[in-house]
Amino acid sequence: MNNQGVATLDDPAAVRRLIDRLGFGPRPGELATGVRAGYAATARRLLAPAADPGATATPLPDLGPEPDYANKDKEARQRAREVLRDQRTTAFFWWLDRMSAADVPLTERLTWFWHGHFATSAQKVNSARLMLAQNETMRRLGTGDFRALCEALIVDPAMIIWLDGQRNKIGKPNENLAREFMELFTLGIGNYSEKDVQEAARALTGWQVDRRAGTVDVRPKQHDARDKTVLGSTANLDAVGLARLLADQPRAPRFVAERLWFRLVSGTPPARDVVDRLTAAYGPNRDVRAMVDAITREPAFRDSANTLVKEPVLWAVGLMRALRVRPSALPPQEKAQLNNYLKAMGQQPFLPPTVGGWPDGAAWLSTSAGLARMNLARLIARRGDLGPLTGARDKPTALRELLGVDAWSQRTSSALGKVAGSVPDLVAVAACAPEYVVSG
Amino acid sequence: MDKLTRRRFLTMSGVTAAGALAVGATQVNWDDLLTAAERDPLPPDAGVLVVVTLYGGNDGLNTVVPAGDRAYQDARPALAYKPNEVLDLGEGLGLNPGMKGLKSLWDERRLAVVRGVGYPKPDRSHFRSMAIWQTASPQTQSRTGWVGRWLDTTGDDPLRAVSVEPVLPPLLAGEKTAGACLPASGLNLPKGQLGAAFRALGTPSPGEGAEQALAAKSVTDLHRAAEVLGAALRESKEQEDHDFDEERNKGASAGGGGGLAGQLDLIAGLVEVGVPTRVYSTSLGGFDTHADERGTQQRLLTELDVALSGFARRLATTDRGRQVVVLVYSEFGRRVRANGSQGTDHGTAGPLFVLGDQVRGGFHGEQPSLTDLDDGDLKATVDFRDVYGSMLERVLGADAGRVIGDHRGRLDAVIT
Repeated sequence: MNNQGVATLDDPAAVRRLIDRLGFGPRPGELATGVRAGYAATARRLLAPAADPGATATPLPDLGPEPDYANKDKEARQRAREVLRDQRTTAFFWWLDRMSAADVPLTERLTWFWHGHFATSAQKVNSARLMLAQNETMRRLGTGDFRALCEALIVDPAMIIWLDGQRNKIGKPNENLAREFMELFTLGIGNYSEKDVQEAARALTGWQVDRRAGTVDVRPKQHDARDKTVLGSTANLDAVGLARLLADQPRAPRFVAERLWFRLVSGTPPARDVVDRLTAAYGPNRDVRAMVDAITREPAFRDSANTLVKEPVLWAVGLMRALRVRPSALPPQEKAQLNNYLKAMGQQPFLPPTVGGWPDGAAWLSTSAGLARMNLARLIARRGDLGPLTGARDKPTALRELLGVDAWSQRTSSALGKVAGSVPDLVAVAACAPEYVVSG
Repeated sequence: MDKLTRRRFLTMSGVTAAGALAVGATQVNWDDLLTAAERDPLPPDAGVLVVVTLYGGNDGLNTVVPAGDRAYQDARPALAYKPNEVLDLGEGLGLNPGMKGLKSLWDERRLAVVRGVGYPKPDRSHFRSMAIWQTASPQTQSRTGWVGRWLDTTGDDPLRAVSVEPVLPPLLAGEKTAGACLPASGLNLPKGQLGAAFRALGTPSPGEGAEQALAAKSVTDLHRAAEVLGAALRESKEQEDHDFDEERNKGASAGGGGGLAGQLDLIAGLVEVGVPTRVYSTSLGGFDTHADERGTQQRLLTELDVALSGFARRLATTDRGRQVVVLVYSEFGRRVRANGSQGTDHGTAGPLFVLGDQVRGGFHGEQPSLTDLDDGDLKATVDFRDVYGSMLERVLGADAGRVIGDHRGRLDAVIT
């Protein structure tokens, strides 16, 4: 116990939490290595940029040209829909592959975070190529300067389609993108006025997306080039100027700190002094990686009460990493099942439910999710590399180390005892145990 | 309201919706409620409320259309329906042409149209406005939903509110209790040793953290749900896959899913087998029609119409079904004037539907003026809490004061 009376994780559990929260949970042997190296060294390893052979081995797929679903011919439209469906499936499994294969998991973990933060759905964007391009932008910029990320995303083709940026023209404003950029992406509700939304929308007028080329450009005749007053500053703002203005607001780093904390540490908001320190680490270069580093240095990061229910995709990727499953290599029928189970659990990559991103915590623990979780655990266990377990004398202990669980409760030990004769069943039951479903 | 509270609400809610339930869900006790369910099946004369949430902000003016009003035609020339296109309801108003089934219900006096529903100081954020409707708390932040607070007053029976959506909407979150969330299909649990092991994961473990305890309880909940509701759930149909429906996806950025007909089918089954649930929650998304609204909205309203009218027809055939009242709402209407994208931006008041055998059909509330506007938006004539109050008192037989506090307005005329 520290002086505030909260229980603090011991070193092995704190290392395990680092591996959970800065990545997707351990790969075989990773936990033992981390515990030997210690907390500080493990944090350094997870946070350092490094060559990533696993990422290199899962290169971004070439999806081919954009299908022409605006074609007048009905059959051609039907074929285009099939092409789009294939492209979406390819993108979906590619990202799961990449998350499962990455050797430097922080990059993918933060790409996942930004996907939920600047939440854009393929449902309306209707283009796997544009979704993948946005995804690559989040990967390229997501560990660096937050302002650069905002500058790129405010003119991102998928984002512009998603929030009706193309429909926003001088004299005919469409506020969707402007509002959500302030409310959900940079400042949080209550930190701007309705007038600010209207003025910001004017700064974003005139953008057009060329779906086929995957590019955007501004049509001068549709752009409002007069002065706008946003949050007290008056200038002839354009899209990038607006992104800069918003990212430079004193409120923005605090908002980013709160959102990172929410997904990496706890559903309980960080104390003001914690946000102060995280903001200081982020600094004048708006360094996201430095902010995550600072999070790992906070005493509250090791507070045992700061548990997180694993988001379904993070849970599934963690299990696939532990069992060395490559999602795209599953038989076609099981790929379809994997997609359906994730859907039933409430989370599919590239399909956040709203521009506000996914829910959290107890929302993932619905009865329907529990059933899908069990089915997906069985599927992954059936296809997984069970080598580290089959030879082990004490299988529950080997499982605990493989999955990254601090200790099995009496309840779970007893449940595991009922399937002691089947290694795949042992894995499936362990993966559904509360000790694994919740990151301790 | 102070900014800290506001941020805290959003943080708790994961910016979207469901997080508020974290407070209430911890104390749901499926053992208690299933014991009650066996002891106390839904009485054939008990009122049941089905809440249908339209996510995204449905354009009320193109739903219940003042087609003959020149101000309407002038404000949105490309979007407006002509008088001969709408389904005439009288008083210069007509239903969207996609709503033929509801027009039949109207003619049978089983559809009430409540006009101009909103709340003071409208908020144009989807998330804030939806939170206001779902918490029934326009002035102050609330961590509980209105149905959740009603659940709290029923004491020991949380199965009385059920969502058939994948996640629990905040309206079902109470301080002590939260509603249950059920899969819309296929409740087949593993059998044999594996089934026994899976079930054993639901055993509480002394001293474990709150979230782990919830995870364990969700396993037990699942098994209980399979026992009580298994038959009804296995009968339900698979939901349609809307992933590639381009028209409906245009308004998708503010959330909500499809498959309403399947969800309502499941609810009808649950009502008929006598599950003691008094409130069901379901939803349809895609109403955030900032662009190319007419086609998108008409398709959604057609889906809504087919789902609701089929549901109403099925319910009318059983005693328990005839006690069901359906409430349909959205977080706000849209601006009177079209934007430059053949769409509309976020607005304020809109119409609300109430339907069922117990409903007094016809118009309720005044139609907001199209010329006396508040900064380009409609002025609400009915507070949505008036409707909630009457639903609570007249359908659920509850003490509305314990749910909506000192809000005194009611719309009792809507229930016979």
